[in-house]
Parts: sequence; C-alpha cells; structure tokens
Amino acid sequence: MNLLLAVVVGTLYGAGIFMVLRRSIVKLILGLGLLGHATNLLIFSTSEVVRDAPPLIKTGETSLEGVFASPLPQALVLTAIVIGLASTAFAIVLMKRAYAIMGTDDVDVMVTTEGS
Amino acid sequence: MANHHTSSNRLWILGLIPLAFAAYFFLQLEGVASGQFLQFSIPWVPDLNVNFSIYIDGLSLLMSLLVLGIGGLILIYASGYMAGNAKIGRFFFILIFFMIAMLGVVVSDNIFLLFIFWELTSISSFLLIGFSHESEKSQKSAQQALIVTGLGGLALMAGLIMLGYIGGSWELSELLAQGQFLDGHPAFPAVITLIFLGAFTKSAQFPFHFWLPNAMAAPTPVSAYLHSATMVKAGVYLLARLYPIFGGSDTWFFTLVIIGGITGMLGGWLAWQQKDLKRIMAYTTISALGILVFLLGVGQKIGTEAAVLFLFVHSLYKGALFMIAGSVDHETGTRDVTILGGLRGKMPLTMVAVTLATLSMAGVPPLVGFVGKEVIYEATVENVDYRVWLTAVAFVMNFFNVAAAAAILYMPFIRSQPADTQLELDHTHEAPWTMWIGPLSLGILATLSFFFVGSELFSGQLIQGATEAVYGKPAEIKLYALPPALTIVPILSIFTIVGGIIFFAVQGRLIKAARAADAAVSRFGPESGYFAGFDGLLAGAASITLFVQNGKLRRYVLYVVVSFILFVGLPLFLNFGALSWRLSPPPLLYELIVSAVIILATLMVTFARSRLAAVAALGVVGYGIAILFLYFNAPDLAMTQFSVETFTVILFVLVLYRLPAFKAITSPAGRLRDVIIAVLAGGFMAMLVLLVTAVPQSQHVIDYYAQSSYPLAKGQNVVNVILVDFRGFDTLVEISVLGVAAVGVYALIRRGVIRGLSRGERGES
Repeated sequence: MNLLLAVVVGTLYGAGIFMVLRRSIVKLILGLGLLGHATNLLIFSTSEVVRDAPPLIKTGETSLEGVFASPLPQALVLTAIVIGLASTAFAIVLMKRAYAIMGTDDVDVMVTTEGS
Repeated sequence: MANHHTSSNRLWILGLIPLAFAAYFFLQLEGVASGQFLQFSIPWVPDLNVNFSIYIDGLSLLMSLLVLGIGGLILIYASGYMAGNAKIGRFFFILIFFMIAMLGVVVSDNIFLLFIFWELTSISSFLLIGFSHESEKSQKSAQQALIVTGLGGLALMAGLIMLGYIGGSWELSELLAQGQFLDGHPAFPAVITLIFLGAFTKSAQFPFHFWLPNAMAAPTPVSAYLHSATMVKAGVYLLARLYPIFGGSDTWFFTLVIIGGITGMLGGWLAWQQKDLKRIMAYTTISALGILVFLLGVGQKIGTEAAVLFLFVHSLYKGALFMIAGSVDHETGTRDVTILGGLRGKMPLTMVAVTLATLSMAGVPPLVGFVGKEVIYEATVENVDYRVWLTAVAFVMNFFNVAAAAAILYMPFIRSQPADTQLELDHTHEAPWTMWIGPLSLGILATLSFFFVGSELFSGQLIQGATEAVYGKPAEIKLYALPPALTIVPILSIFTIVGGIIFFAVQGRLIKAARAADAAVSRFGPESGYFAGFDGLLAGAASITLFVQNGKLRRYVLYVVVSFILFVGLPLFLNFGALSWRLSPPPLLYELIVSAVIILATLMVTFARSRLAAVAALGVVGYGIAILFLYFNAPDLAMTQFSVETFTVILFVLVLYRLPAFKAITSPAGRLRDVIIAVLAGGFMAMLVLLVTAVPQSQHVIDYYAQSSYPLAKGQNVVNVILVDFRGFDTLVEISVLGVAAVGVYALIRRGVIRGLSRGERGES
C-alpha cells in the first residue's frame, strides 16, 4: 500500500516542481497547489494505512482499541489543508493584482512593481 | 608650518615609559648574555597547548631593546609631529598597542602566543597605515598591507603548527633545543615553504615587497617605527629564531640568498630614482631587509653575526632617517627632494642627526654602520663555495645604499635650494625639540656604538648574546672599530663608498631612462599581479553573485530543488536497501483506480494547453485525494478537502478570465532540463515515503491520544479532540492565519475595484 501512495506522492511532487519552474505565473500557482496536495499526502502516508478503522471512539467505550488509523497525521494534515486554502486564495488574488499592475504574467519579466 | 600646539602638548611623557622598560631590559643584558635567560609561563588554554610563556634570550633581548628604545623616542617624536591632530589620542593608542604586540612577538616562547602577537602587529599596522582613513589612497594601502601580511600569516600559522606537531612541543625554546630535527623529514619542504611565506610577506621580500612603499601613506612616525625599525623585522626575527632548526640546509641557503639578494638589489635600484624622501627610505628599507635575509641565508657564525649587527645598525639609522623625513615634511610642507635644499642652516640639529644617520647608512667611520658593512663583507668573503657571487651581490646592495644615503644628505640639506622651484623656505626653522631629540639620540648612539664596538658590553654581550641565540652554538664575537689588517674587506668598503658617491654624482643623467624602464617593467611586476588578482576576485564574486542571485524566482527555485536532490536525495538513494517496498495490504481495485485518476489529472495539469482544463484537472486531483482520505479512514480530512477544493476551483475560475492564455515561452532545452529535475525530485520524494514507512512509528504519542481523548475531553472523534482541545492554541493560530489571508484577499480585491479599469483588466488577454 505504501508503494501506491509513494507513486502518487512522487508524481504530485514532480509535477508540482515542474510547474513552479514555469515562467507563467498561473502555472506557478497551479504548481503550488500540486505541491500542497503532495505534502498533505506525504504527511498522511507517514503512518500505517488501515481500512475500516477510523480514529473514532465507539459509543460506550472510552478509548480507541485494537487496530485504528493513527489520528496524529490526520490532525496535522487537517491543519495543513486549511492553511493551504488560505495561502492559495491569497496567491490567486495576488496573481490577479500583479498581472493587472504589471501587465505581464511572465515571472522573469516581473522585476519591479511598476508597469513594464 | 610652524607648530603652535607644541607647548601645550605633554604627550611626550608617555615616551618615557618604554624608555624605562628599555633601561630595565638593558640591565638584564649581562645575565642573559651569560646564559641566564628570562623565562616564565602562565597556562592560558592548556588543553590547546596555548600558554602565555615568555622566553628572553640574547636575540629577544636585542629586539626588545630596539622595540622599546626606538618606541620611546617615536612616542616623543609623535607628540610633536601629530600635535594639533584631532585624532592624536587614537594615534597614540594604536601605536602603544602595536608596541606591546611587537614586544610580544619577540619575547613569546609559545608558538600560538607568537602567532597571536604576530597578527596583532599586522592589525595595528593596518590601522596605522589607514590612519588618514578619509583618503582613498590610505584605505587601499592599508587593505593591501593587511591582505599580503594576513595571507602570509595564515601560511605561517600552518607552518608553525606543523613544526610544533612534528617537534612534539609548542614552546619554541624546546623546539630549538632539538636542533635540526626536521632534516630529512618528508614534511620539511612544506614546513619551510609555509614559514618562508609568512616571513617574506611580513618582511617585504620580493615578490611581496610592493606593500611596503604603499604603507608610507601612514603618518611618518609609523613609517619610522613599524615600517622600518621594528614590524617589518618580524619576518627577519622569525627566520633568525628558527635558524637552529632550518639553517644549514640547502633549501635555506639558496632560498634566502636568492630571495634576499633579489630584494636587496631591487630595493636599492628602485630607491635612488625616487623623488619622495619617504619613498627613497621605503625602498632602502626593502633593500636592508633583503640584506638581512641574505645574511641569514649565508649563515654560519659570521653570517648570523653580520645579520644581528646589521639589524641593530639599520634600526638605528633608518628610524632616525624616517623621523628626519617627517621633520622636513613638517617644517617645509614637502618631501620632494628635487625642490628641497639649503636646510643645513635652517635646521642645524636635524642636520647633525641626518649627517650621522646617513654616514652610518653609507658605512662611513666613525659610525657603527661602517662596522656593519665590514662584517657583511667578511661573511660573504668567508663563504668558500660562492665567495664571488655573494660578495658581488652584497657589493651591489651596499653600493645603492651609499647612493641613496648621499641623496638624502645632499639634496635637501647640503646643496642650496634649486632656483627654479616655487617652494618658499625663507621662514623654515628647526623642528620642535620633541622631533629632533629622537633622530639625534639615535645618531649619537650609532656614533658611540662605533667607538665602543669592541667593548665587552657591545660585542661581548649585546651582539654575541644575540648571535649565539641565532647560531645556536657558543660564538666568540670580537668586533673592531677599524680593520686590524688591510685585507680585501676594507678595500671593498672603500670601493663601495667611492662607487656609490660617483654613482650619485652621475645619476641625474640616468634617472629618466631608469624611470621609463621601470614603468615598462612594472606592468608585469608583482604589484600588477596583486591588483589583477584583486580585481579578478571582485569580478569573479560579482559574476557568481549575478549567476546565483539574478533576481529570477525560477532560478532560486531551481537551486533549492537541485540542492535538495544533491544533499537530501542522493543520501536517500545511497540508502536504497533500507526502503520498504511492501505492497501490503494489497490495494483494492477502486483504490488503484482513484490513484490512477489522480496521476492522470496531475499530468493533465502539467501539460494542458488551456487554463480552464488545467484548473479543472487540479480540482480532480484534489477530489481524488479527498476520496483517498475517505478510503483510508480519514473522514474529517475528506470532508475538509472536498470543501476547500471546491472553493479553490471557483476562485481560480473567477480570476482566470482576467489572465492571458498559456504560451510556450521556455525553450525546449529548458523544458527538458526542468522535466529531468522534476522527475528526479519526484522520484526522491517517492523514495522518502518508502523510507519513512520502513521505520516503525513511535506508538507512544498515538496511544496517549487514543487513551485520553474520551476521559479528558469527552470527545469520540480523536482527530477533532486533538485539534480543538490538546492542540487548541495551534488551531487558534491557524484560524488567525485564515483571517489574515482573508483580509489580504479583500484588500487586494477592493483596491482593484477602486482603481477601476487598470491596464490588465481592460481585457488584453
């Protein structure tokens, strides 16, 4: 199972890095999105993957018993997803402003905040 | 240039302190000469073999006397010379700082202590050369001196550490007691080269001599003290100190004789062409340092004796001459010998001093310089193998010194002022007493030394003690004021003086041609090399900076990723065996399908031609991951991911129509490079997952949450309990981040609305 996740994570990272190396700012932000997904999945995959055993305490019990999915990476990833949303939203709006002001979407040309 | 501040200046009193110390050292002379060396040691950093250990034998004592005695006179002189200068306090501070450092160099027994003091002299020299720090010339000269001597210092440190390591001791006295223990050792060439580099840079030997004339940018008391009488002799001192270890080897003989000979002759050749009094003296100082190195190379009893005697002689006359050059500058406003003249009547006491000093420099009796020159010729004549060569080289060096001495005495002082100059000297008068007492004292000392040269005190204790310390064996020294017999030596002396004076008389005709020749040659000289190296270094640094930091974001990302592959990815790859390749539990069909969809959608994001398709594909990736979360028992993650992904896609689509379409702007080669890098990085990240899952996870923390969630927080969803209870503050901060981002988004959008139709929003896409 970890092999499967490894392939997905590797693909996401490779594609994300390729995209942040593009000159178009749109692709750059798409790349950041891919890197975010990749990282979430990477953190998630650090624990043993199990099926049909969510980290929920059954009614009537007071603790998780037997085999259960590790709650710790899930808590971390949950935070990361939300933070990712914040930064992606900001980046998208910033990209729009940058294009509006500088008149270019080429990050190599965006060297000042003045119009080119 | 009359000085009105002199009367109010009492700083000369400071000069009495080193003189008192010099007197104390002088009282130790008899004991030290008879073998009772002064020695003590305080542990400093014993674990690193660094001790504050002092060892004063005959050589150290002679050097200490010069450092303190001339130092005292210099302080008195400087109180007059620098009077009225706003920075005089700082000047005295650095000068005294140097004095202590230089004293430390010549009395240190511990190798590290010696090195620390050695570097402190370089630093104080830097500060003093750059004393007029407003002047760009001073800055450059100071920097040059520091770089040259500092690099040499590094070499020296390496050499000394190797020496101590091989010798098994970090105290010079113990190393010297082992004699030539390094002979035949495989590290011998390395050690001797490194130590030579340190000594040659410090003592301005060819090809490192160029910093010394530039160091004349310093105020004249500094030139007199550091750059002629003491600091530049540190390299000579070090060579003399290590003579018992290295002396006698062929490497030692040939290197020192050749380098010293070249330096001595080159310095002499360049000296007589100069117009500036201080530059004349700077080049004759280089010449004298060359002679000293040459004599140490010649070695044996007579060579070391000649070196010790000439060290003493030179410090006396050159210290005096520099002070006189400063006095002339101070009283007339110039140091240009071509326009000076007639100072003999106007500055009578300085005239006496300059006469004594130049006669000593030229080696004319009744000055001790005469004896010094005799012994130099004795040393070269006594060498059986290379008698003619060595004597010829010594003759050339001495000959130029005579010519330079004649120029210093004749042009500003004896002759009448040339009629065709603008310089007004009618109101020039004698310098204040603080400024003539030093040179005059040194001149009288040189005279007294001549008359008492054969005395027990002078030859039997001072010179013999120092010579024995250098030579490493008992040596009976007997010096004569006048040669006891008419051998080849006094004849050579006479030829030197007569030849030098004749050369001086005709030099006016040669000077133009000589300067032209030097200008032509200097383009290929070591100083040009220094500047070429310096400029090259700056240009190299600039080009590397421009390459690494070219202001393009992609370039920075590229460096980060490539560094990651090299420094994180490679070790991972080398650790290939530790990876976990388990496929258990075996993936179910729908898990495989979702994963395949994610991968395909990812590739589509990357290669889509249309922006909308790329954004849609990114959404598919996000939903796919959400479904994976759902499969793998993370319902909270799945739900969050679904909503976040929806929001992101909507936001993207809303903004997208304001942006231009994709176009291929990178070259195919550039795209290929990026693909390779991306594939490598992705591959390594995949391996990271395999490596991480190969390590068994610590169950401790997980168990804590699993056990405590319900009893402590009354929550059944452990993930939620962690977020809102156990790590509640983290979540609070996270929400703050969301709030800040929201404010930022709002601000950016509002601004756009207010600005109305700016260029990009007019629909250029």
